[in-house]
Amino acid sequence: MLGDAFTEAFTLIVSVNPELLEILWLSIQVSLTALFFSIALGLPIGTSLAITEFPGKKACVTILNSLMGLPPVVVGLLVYLLLSRSGPLGVLGLLYTPTAMVIAQVVLITPIIAALAYQVMDDLHREYRDLFQSLGIPLTKAVPTYLWDARYSLVTSVLAGFGRAISEVGAVIIVGGNIDHLTRVMTTAIALETSKGELAIALALGIILLTLALIVNAAVTTVRAFGLRNAYV
Amino acid sequence: MFKSEPMSNTSALSATNAPYIEVNNLNLTIGGNQLLHDISVTSFTPGVTMVMGPNGAGKSLFLRCLHGLLIPTSGSIRLLNKPHEATTASQSMVFQKAVLLRRNVIKNLEFAAPNGTPPTEITELLAKVHLNGKELQPARLLSGGEQQRLALARSLLTKPRLLLLDEPTASLDPASVLIIERLISEATEQGVKCIFISHDLGQAKRLGADIIFLHQGRLAEHTDAETFFTSPQSREAKAYLNGEIVL
Ligand SMILES: Nc1ncnc2c1ncn2[C@@H]1O[C@H](COP(=O)(O)OP(=O)(O)OP(=O)(O)O)[C@@H](O)[C@H]1O
Ligand SMILES: [Mg+2]
Repeated sequence: MLGDAFTEAFTLIVSVNPELLEILWLSIQVSLTALFFSIALGLPIGTSLAITEFPGKKACVTILNSLMGLPPVVVGLLVYLLLSRSGPLGVLGLLYTPTAMVIAQVVLITPIIAALAYQVMDDLHREYRDLFQSLGIPLTKAVPTYLWDARYSLVTSVLAGFGRAISEVGAVIIVGGNIDHLTRVMTTAIALETSKGELAIALALGIILLTLALIVNAAVTTVRAFGLRNAYV
Repeated sequence: MFKSEPMSNTSALSATNAPYIEVNNLNLTIGGNQLLHDISVTSFTPGVTMVMGPNGAGKSLFLRCLHGLLIPTSGSIRLLNKPHEATTASQSMVFQKAVLLRRNVIKNLEFAAPNGTPPTEITELLAKVHLNGKELQPARLLSGGEQQRLALARSLLTKPRLLLLDEPTASLDPASVLIIERLISEATEQGVKCIFISHDLGQAKRLGADIIFLHQGRLAEHTDAETFFTSPQSREAKAYLNGEIVL
């Protein structure tokens, strides 16, 4: 019976089943959009935290690091409360839309990108600080230099963020609702189809998700290896 | 933000017989530890002032104070007979451990070059430190000695009037030491003042005009090079020159 499910799953994939394709496409769209906003938010947060000194900086770093481990269902719940009809942003009517899922994923992965960026930038800043002061490099030149010299590590963090976003289920199922043709993404579909006993579809999606994760990891490894080979990490 | 003062007209300084280095009662405390104690030094000597002393004597800290990277707890610093803030921009420092950007050799130099530096100047400098042919190599893959030579080239590119060197030849082969010493002599001939930390007695004899000797964060003596090597005044310097450890 399990063997049948596998055969069927592979048939679904090989025949490029339109339903699977739709789910895959939405997953990628939602997670890439979330990734875009998380980079736009997380990179400046992590960088400015690394290169500025202010009272309470340590506390900020601690908070940021703990936000990295936010339980997705809690994020889902908070975003749900925010977007639900009686919530502060209820009038926007975003609950159970792809936008709601994007918001939830942004909340989840921005801290990851910010915290990883902070670590990379902090190390680099410790190394370069005296040199930059010695050469009289202004901040407008120092910041792009930090970003460029951290490029390999930053790409790794970004890919890690994407991996987390696309494989996360707890938050998007609460705020997206797994509505067919509207908010059904790979993870929520797997959860639903498995509970319905539709193992073939669940398996097919699982295989695609796993493949995506493998590709992301291979990309991370390649990027790092290239950076290391040139002592650019 | 870049230093752009020309190297010329520095000789005006010696004509007025004003001190190149004037440090008064310099104290430095970090995290409750007093690391530099009441250092006062005045040097009228052009050329190379050597800073010597055992490991942990406070030489690097002293140089960092002179460069404005560390703010002394108390005391005053005047270099090239100007207020300290006015000179930090015309100084350049070569650190004990070379700090190189994560890019290739030529880009490391371009990064520090003042706006409008002609590319030929960079190429010539590379040849002077014998790094021609390595332009496109990632800088952090250079050997230790090559990294130090690149760091010195980068410093010279900013056309400093005061060059601070923290053991720039510590791990270099004799040929590389000569390259660097020649560059430094060339710079001083053009009127650049050098403050140079070294453990190499031969080097100190070859380059040094006067010697600042530090011991346990204090100034043990400051004399001209000849006196220092023939008849050192302090017990600490005597012991150091004899290869003894003074506690
Ligand atoms: N940030 C710091 N906090 C506390 N102690 C420090 C700090 N920086 C340096 N020290 C101490 O100050 C002393 C002098 O350090 P410094 O680096 O100036 O020595 P040095 O004379 O340059 O020695 P070396 O010849 O080994 O380079 C050392 O004992 C060191 O442990
Ligand atoms: Mg030192």
